[in-house]
Amino acid sequence: MNEEDKRLKKVCIICAKGNLEDVYAALVMANGAVMEGIEAKLFFTFFGLEAITKSHMEHLHTAVVGNPAMRLPGNIPFPSLMGIVPGMEAMASSMMRKKMEELDIPHVGEFMEMIEAGGGEIFACKLAVDMFGLKKEDLSEHVKDIITIAEFYELAGGDHSQIIFV
Amino acid sequence: MYAGKPVEVNDEGFFLDKEAWTKDMAPEIAKEVGIDALGDKHYDVIEYIRKRVAAGEQLSMRGMGKSGVVDLKEFYQLFPGKPLKYATRISGVPKPTSCV
Repeated sequence: MNEEDKRLKKVCIICAKGNLEDVYAALVMANGAVMEGIEAKLFFTFFGLEAITKSHMEHLHTAVVGNPAMRLPGNIPFPSLMGIVPGMEAMASSMMRKKMEELDIPHVGEFMEMIEAGGGEIFACKLAVDMFGLKKEDLSEHVKDIITIAEFYELAGGDHSQIIFV
Repeated sequence: MYAGKPVEVNDEGFFLDKEAWTKDMAPEIAKEVGIDALGDKHYDVIEYIRKRVAAGEQLSMRGMGKSGVVDLKEFYQLFPGKPLKYATRISGVPKPTSCV
């Protein structure tokens, strides 16, 4: 078997969390895949639905409480209790979004457009959509369909295919 | 060896010296990535890429979409598979290091 035969052909990425860093991890991986000619399917479930809900998707936050890796500018450790200060989470999140913009990282909707341009597809989990009381029209136009886990596994099949859980 | 001239490339086929590139080499490099013929639009993209790189800018997929030369759908159609990698390779510039 040569090297060529082992290359990835498809990635199916499940995003079950709605904070900024996890959603971006999923988006970067999906976009990176289509850029490399790898088929990508992105499946949002549970709190991950935040990233495809029209009213919330451009306002994702990062956790400032219980996030031991959180630091202030200048590499100063961020005491978890400071996170309870009102506005702290919004401020930290907006600082992160600003930094990302400087690094040429697109906002959520634009990232999804880029993924679609490369043939990637975005899905919502039916169980979670029902659980959160959402409807198709609450979701971003980038969502191709609301599907069950059985349908997800059908999409995920085939050789050289990997499932990644975020 | 492109357009009858010996050229140094790395193990992925990217030119080591972007000044060694000439336009008549582009169709031969394109064939190696599975593009049989280059049209005007391809050359517009190549020209844009060489300009940006000459100006010392980082190329990214997002930047290509905002280039005004192509939108991303067209870019994927012009250089199927790995548009940014193939287009930069055909343009004789180094491989972009951006993750987006």
